[in-house]
Amino acid sequence: MNVRVFVTPKQGILDPQGAAVERSLPNLGFQGVSGVRIGKIIDLSIEGAGSAEAARAQVDEMCRKLLANPIIEDYTFEITEG
Amino acid sequence: MTAASPLRIGVVIFPGVNTDGDTHHALETFPGVSAECLWHKDPDLKDVDGIVIPGGFSYGDYLRCGAIARFSPIMQPIIDFAAEGGLVMGICNGFQVLVEAGLLPGGLIRNVGLKFVCRYVNLRVETADTPFTSRCDEGDVLRIVIKHNEGNYTVAPETLARMRDNGQIVVRYVNAAGERAEGANPTGSLDDIAGVCNETHNVFGLMPHPENSVESGLAGGADGRVFFQSMIDTLRSAEVRA
Repeated sequence: MNVRVFVTPKQGILDPQGAAVERSLPNLGFQGVSGVRIGKIIDLSIEGAGSAEAARAQVDEMCRKLLANPIIEDYTFEITEG
Repeated sequence: MTAASPLRIGVVIFPGVNTDGDTHHALETFPGVSAECLWHKDPDLKDVDGIVIPGGFSYGDYLRCGAIARFSPIMQPIIDFAAEGGLVMGICNGFQVLVEAGLLPGGLIRNVGLKFVCRYVNLRVETADTPFTSRCDEGDVLRIVIKHNEGNYTVAPETLARMRDNGQIVVRYVNAAGERAEGANPTGSLDDIAGVCNETHNVFGLMPHPENSVESGLAGGADGRVFFQSMIDTLRSAEVRA
């Protein structure tokens, strides 16, 4: 199974990178842009997880323990057969 | 332990840390203190009396600062040591490791200016009621350096309120007059926080580098000594009681 994890700055926490990009977009003529948040994508493959449900539980645990820091980041993920 | 035996303070070394040597040296400028290197793969703490986690770039700051180091074999003994009331100080990357490990509240994100900031700062001691500031007076202003990219402290508002009530905000960025002011906080950290402790006050993390300010004859001055001196005094008084 292929997994794509999306990690973004937690809602309500300042994202200094996103804020800098948001300030620069109007200079390029893009008006009305707000809510820029910069995160990261982590791709991985897992084998032998069994059911899709078990895979989701495993990836969720990975995210909570290591891939994201829930104090400062939010995460979501997609799992596809591959 | 007899009064004559040295106090042993462990300096934890993860791959990519670069102020372990400075920290080791700083500790040994105190009479009767022996600094012990603890390797990240060590399964135990070699019976040290206290722990300092120095600064640097453990595991290249990959993923998040401190995130990989937090799962090193040495960390479980440190977590157990802290749970038993052992004194643990984390400096810069060491602070980042402690928040990742959940030993300190909050998190450290990118500086607000998106820059690595390397400069002197003025720190105001907000509480002398911790083992790491007992030799200070509340309101003391110390001049030491910061040098980091991710020192922008953040924490949930309800946790911050609890921390204020519980005396967990240990040092703040201020101006030379000791006042919180525009421009005094170079990282954008919430509430001008430069260093915090845990609820039981035995784990302390700070972004500035006291280990680079321990010798009055050198450019860094000696304002950093007071944190180590407080820790050492606390450990010695515990020894006397034991």
